[in-house]
Amino acid sequence: MTAPKTMYEKIWDRHLVSQNGDGEALLYVDRHLLNEVMSAQAFDGLREAGRTVRRPELTLAVADHNVPTDGDRRLPIADPASRLQVEVLERNTAAFGVPYIPLADSGQGIVHIIGPELGLTLPGTVIVCGDSHTSTHGAFGALAFGIGTSEVEHVLATQTLRQRRSKTMLVEVFGALRPHVSAKDLILAIIAAIGAGGGTGHVIEYGGDAIRALDMAGRMTVCNMSIEAGARAGLIAPDETTFAYLRGRRLAPSGVEFDAARIGWESLSTDPGAAFDKTVRLDAGAISPMVTWGTSPETAIPFGGRVPALDDFATPAKRANAQAMMAYMGLHPGEKLADLAVDVVFIGSCTNGRIEDLRAAAAVLQDQHIAHGVHVLVVPGSGQVREAAEAEGLDAIFRAAGCEWRAPGCSMCLGMNPDQLTPGQRCASTSNRNFEGRQGKGGRTHLVSPRSAALVALSGRLDIFRGRV
Amino acid sequence: MQPFASLHGIAASLPAANIDTDKIVPARFLKTVSRKGLGTALFRDLRFADDGTPDEDFVLNAAPWDAAVILIAGDNFGCGSSREHAPWALLDFGIRCVIAPSFGDIFYNNCFKNGILPIQLDPAHCAELAADAADPLSCAMRVDLNAQNITRANGAALPFLIDPGHRDALLAGRDEITETLNKAAAIDAFEAAFAPVTPWVYRGLSKTAAAASHT
Repeated sequence: MTAPKTMYEKIWDRHLVSQNGDGEALLYVDRHLLNEVMSAQAFDGLREAGRTVRRPELTLAVADHNVPTDGDRRLPIADPASRLQVEVLERNTAAFGVPYIPLADSGQGIVHIIGPELGLTLPGTVIVCGDSHTSTHGAFGALAFGIGTSEVEHVLATQTLRQRRSKTMLVEVFGALRPHVSAKDLILAIIAAIGAGGGTGHVIEYGGDAIRALDMAGRMTVCNMSIEAGARAGLIAPDETTFAYLRGRRLAPSGVEFDAARIGWESLSTDPGAAFDKTVRLDAGAISPMVTWGTSPETAIPFGGRVPALDDFATPAKRANAQAMMAYMGLHPGEKLADLAVDVVFIGSCTNGRIEDLRAAAAVLQDQHIAHGVHVLVVPGSGQVREAAEAEGLDAIFRAAGCEWRAPGCSMCLGMNPDQLTPGQRCASTSNRNFEGRQGKGGRTHLVSPRSAALVALSGRLDIFRGRV
Repeated sequence: MQPFASLHGIAASLPAANIDTDKIVPARFLKTVSRKGLGTALFRDLRFADDGTPDEDFVLNAAPWDAAVILIAGDNFGCGSSREHAPWALLDFGIRCVIAPSFGDIFYNNCFKNGILPIQLDPAHCAELAADAADPLSCAMRVDLNAQNITRANGAALPFLIDPGHRDALLAGRDEITETLNKAAAIDAFEAAFAPVTPWVYRGLSKTAAAASHT
């Protein structure tokens, strides 16, 4: 009898090509996603060594970080450096025979949104990409994680990756989320509980009733931010919710193949009695809508709360760190967050740029108008999300409320395209990182859920309770 | 990749926790298509004012630390994105070794691919090294990967642990892709064994791009 295994161990073992003596393994990669930021130097390396791409057909490239979200996408990108990076991706994918989704294509979008949409993301597969939010795909029970450019080159050349086995961590969320508490609030609460380094060296498996109750969009939001807890990958066991999502997707199996695949997918779940290196339990019912105050996602607190007092930090180093974060964010110890006015609200990104996220925001904004002086950007995560939103009339709701309705892209999640904060601007954002300068140099980011972002847009402050709730 | 055996030189202390990769290299510098030249972007918004004036208070802007080859960092150094631009920028500046209580996983991995030695050391010893590094009289130290120790200015040697595979790869400066390509037979065998079991996984994504445009 074999020992009980975790889902991570099952996927790992199934993809093991060879085991080196020193604890390093060669792992087969089923899907390799490429973007424009992390691939140019990798293709250069291939060219210099006279190498080819081993399995171009298991590779898919799309530009997302640099893409402007306004204007005509058939025209060249105005910024020369951004334009060059996208053009280099186009040239490289053409030269090496790698499938590429062009900018003007209606299916274009953020790589972590379009992968699942296409059915490219399948349970039990190993998926890598030169982007840390590759962890998103773990929502399907795929082992998915971000890699660096040297590793991108290694995967292109060999379709394998050198890896050491991670430790395993179970995050079990029992009970049920209260009404209006979303997957984003849940993952922010998890990160606040275990810390920005709490998952370092681990792959997190999320389980428990509250996780099972999430739809695929919510599960993707949770797995997406695993990296913000330090974990390279997050995993959720595939179930009926997963299978229902996958059925009929372009690259998912169909007919008898779907049924055959499903049998394999059902066997992926962690065996009873399998041991995790670490286990954390959280009560879903105790979680409130969350907002971060500092420049690390671990600074999430419930809406309605205050910036911590300096005495709340146990050591001088932590106190100094908190002071530095408060100085950057323009905050005082003990200050009420609800009193802070925001300049910008960003709704989008690979964390919260799916149709379900836009619906949650639109439900709040319907027949309302955003506060005077607030700039609200709503950016669908993909062309498909955009089309679905427009078919449902969500774009009209956003426009009528005073928001800008944009074309798909990473947009204001990171300062690589024209959508950026200016120094000192305060932003409620549905993205994943509140690091210094992340949304533009000097910008101040507060991470929130789509519903909270919409409520903040109405009140003009980091307040979701006064005004319309 | 250039090998790493030992290193003797100036260490700089940057003790803040959670120095993320956006701090190491802000996103606007990721538009380069080269691995070189990122040294000026290293810690850009911590090191320089908007107009490019160096901040005199930032450790790497003042002698002798402007010639640092070792960085003594804080908890969770390099957390955040997978950008290899972070180790490229450190390398381009001249830093070949980072010592911290803990690291972001992807950054840690990326260091080894670029001939940079990341050393995970307990917080108390990191604090001792940080104190050494802060004093111009004791900021020079020696890191020996073969012996797995750090020799402080006072002559004391601090041992460190590292995965033997990582150590050997750095010592040899080996080309991992060539090594893996030498195992092509094992990869071929894997594909031959598994492609028929789950053919839908390996049918390819080629139809995606073409088909997507007809949605």
